Amino acid sequence: MILDVRDMAVRRGGRLVVDGVSFAARQGELLAIMGASGSGKTTVLRSIAGLDPLAGGAVDVGGVSLKAGVTPRGGVRRRLHRSVGIVFQFHHLFAHMSALDNVALAPVHVLGRPRDASDQRARELLEALGVGSRAAAMPHELSGGEAQRVAIARALAVEPAVLLMDEPTASLDRARRDDLADTLKQLTAQGRTVVIATHDEEFARAAAHRVIVMSEGRLAREG
Amino acid sequence: MRVVLVPLILALLVVNAAAQAVAELRWGGDAEGGAPFVEADPRDPTRVVGFDVEVAQLLAGGLGRTARFVQVGFTSLDPAAARGDFDIGLSGIEDTPARRARLAVTIPYYEFREVLTVREADRGRFRTLADLGGRRVATLGATLAYDMLVAAQAELGVVPVTYEDDVHPYSDLALGRVDAVVLDAVLADRGVRRNTGLVNQDADLGVGYYVGVLAPGQDALRDRINGLLRAGMRDGRLEAIFRRWEMWNEDQPRLYARVLAGESVELLRTAGSGSPNAWDAARRYFPALLQAAVITLILSCAAMALAVAIGALIATGRVYGPRPLQALLTAYVEVIRGTPLLLQLFVLYFGLAPLVQLPAFMAALIGLGLNYAAYESEIYRGALQAVPQGQLDAARALGLTDRQALKLVRAPQAFRLALAPMTNDFVALLKDSSLVSVITVVELTKQTSIFAANIGSWAVPGALCAALYLVLSLPLARLARRIEKKWRQA
Repeated sequence: MILDVRDMAVRRGGRLVVDGVSFAARQGELLAIMGASGSGKTTVLRSIAGLDPLAGGAVDVGGVSLKAGVTPRGGVRRRLHRSVGIVFQFHHLFAHMSALDNVALAPVHVLGRPRDASDQRARELLEALGVGSRAAAMPHELSGGEAQRVAIARALAVEPAVLLMDEPTASLDRARRDDLADTLKQLTAQGRTVVIATHDEEFARAAAHRVIVMSEGRLAREG
Repeated sequence: MRVVLVPLILALLVVNAAAQAVAELRWGGDAEGGAPFVEADPRDPTRVVGFDVEVAQLLAGGLGRTARFVQVGFTSLDPAAARGDFDIGLSGIEDTPARRARLAVTIPYYEFREVLTVREADRGRFRTLADLGGRRVATLGATLAYDMLVAAQAELGVVPVTYEDDVHPYSDLALGRVDAVVLDAVLADRGVRRNTGLVNQDADLGVGYYVGVLAPGQDALRDRINGLLRAGMRDGRLEAIFRRWEMWNEDQPRLYARVLAGESVELLRTAGSGSPNAWDAARRYFPALLQAAVITLILSCAAMALAVAIGALIATGRVYGPRPLQALLTAYVEVIRGTPLLLQLFVLYFGLAPLVQLPAFMAALIGLGLNYAAYESEIYRGALQAVPQGQLDAARALGLTDRQALKLVRAPQAFRLALAPMTNDFVALLKDSSLVSVITVVELTKQTSIFAANIGSWAVPGALCAALYLVLSLPLARLARRIEKKWRQA
C-alpha cells in the first residue's frame, strides 16, 4: 500500500477533530473522502501532508512513517514532501511569484535541481495541464480553474507518489469539473495515487475508484 | 483748595504705589547658561543668581519696578526679545551688528576677551587659531566665537564644532574629541577650573561686549536703561556686582570711561557681522546649508540602512526565536520606544564617553539607527504575521525548511506590506536627524538655526531649510509610491 492510515487521531484546541480513522490506498487509485463541512476530511489530508501533527495512530506514505507526538523534521520531512503533494482548496499560490516560479520553486530549492531544467520541467507541467500560456501570469491574474491547475503543477513538480486535493471542485463550473475528472484519470493512469476530500457527491461517484465517508471526525462507512 | 488737594495727592500716591507694587521688569535669560551669568540658586532652586540677575535687579530698582525672571533658551533670546516675551534680555548677550539692526540694544556693560583653550600638552603647539588648520575647534552656537571660527574655517581650515551649552566643549576637549575651544574669558576660566589638564592661551583673538536687548521700538525704555547703566558705572554699583562674581578686571574701567565719554565701541568684525540684509546673508550661508543638507541625507540613509538591518533581525527573533530571546527583544523595543531619542543620543555620546569615545557622527548614526530599528522591527513583525498562514502551509507542504520559507516566501511578501510604513519612517527619520545637533553634528536644522541666530531672523533661513527638507523627502515618497504601484500591478 502506498498510503496506509491507521487509527488516525488529530486534536485541535483540545478537541479531537479526527478520531480513529483508518483507510488505505494503493498505487494508481483515486480515493474520495466525502463528508459535510467540519467532518474532519480536510484535517485528514493536512495530517497526511505533515501539516497537522497526529495525536494518535500512524500514517505510512510512500515509505515514510508518521507517528503521534513526532514532528517530521530534516530528512524525514524532505522524504515526506517528495512522497506527498497537496493542492489546497484555495490553492495558496505564492502571491509574489509568477505561475512558472511557483511551480519551479520546490525543484530548485528542495530538490536542488538546476534552475534551467526546473523551469523547463515547470513549463512542461503547465503545458500538460493546459495552462502553458499562463506561465508568466501572477496568481491574482488567474481564474479559479487556472489557479487550481497551476497548484496541481506545483504539487506534481516534486513528482510525489501521492497527490492530495482538498475540495477540488469548489471553484469550478460543470465543464471545468469534467476537465478535472479527466486530468485526475490521467494522473492515476500514470500510476499516481490521488486522494480527494470533497462534499461533491456527484463528482466523487463519477471520478473516484472508491469513496469513503466521514462524519464528525470518524469514518462513517466505506462505499 | 488745600482740603481738596491733600486727598487727591494721597489718592495719587496710593494708586502710584499700587501700580509700583505690580509693575515688573520682566527680563529674559537662560538659567542653563549657569554661573556667573544666570543659574538656579543652589540653596533655593526657585530663585536665580548670577551677575546678570544683579544687573537686572539694579535696572528694575532704577525703574521703580521689581525684576521677574523669564526663562528662555540662549539661542532663542533674540526672537523672544523681538516678540516682546520680556522687557529686556540679559544673559551674556553679545553686541553684534545683526542685533543692533534688529533689536533695541543697550550700551555695553561688560567687555570680554575671546580666549583659546587647549590641552596642557598642546600648549606649545596650538597657540593661535592659525595653528589649528584641519583641527576641530569647539564653541557655543550663535556666538561671536562661532562667527570667528567660521571665518577661520575659510581662511585657516579650522573645523568649527558647535555645542548647545558651554560645559561639554571643555569636557570634550579634555577627552580629546576636539583640539581647542574658543569662548569668552568668563566661560573659559570656568571651563579650565572644572576640567584638569586644560590651559587658556594668551593669544588675543578679539574682544566683545555684553549688552541688553529689547524689542525694536522700545527706544524710550532702552534710553532709560542706558541712563541707569551709566549711573551704575559712575557710582561703582556695576563694579561691585562684577567684583562679587570675580569678573572685575582692568578692561572694565577703560570700557566704562569710553561709554561715559559717549564714544561708540568698535565691534568685532566676523563672518556673521557683514550686511544684515537677509538675502545677502542667505547667499553667504547657502553653501553651508547645502553641505548640512548633504550631512542630513547621508546620516539619514546610513541610519535607515542600520535600522532596517537590525529591525529585520529583531523582528525575525521575535517571530521565530526561543522565548527568552523574544522577551529580551521585546524589552529592547519597549525601552527604546519608551524613552526620548534625545536622551538616548546624550547617553550614547556624553554618557558613554568615559568608556567609549564615539565620534559625533558615528554616535548620531548608531543612535538614530538603534532607535529606528525598534520601530522598524515592529513594522516587520506585523508584516511577517500578516502573511497568510496558507502561504506558509504551502511552503511547508513543498518541503521548504523554515529558513527557506522565511527567505523565499514570507519575507518577500512581508516586505511588500512593510514598504509604505517604512517610507513613512524614513521621512520621519530625515526630520528626526535634526536632534543629533545636540551631540555637535551640524546638520540642516542646526546650520539653519546658526544662520538664523547670526542674522537675527528666521524668515529666510527657515524657508530655505524647509525647501531643502522637501527636496530630500519628496522624491523618496515618489519612489516608494512607484515601487508600490509596480507591485500592485505585478
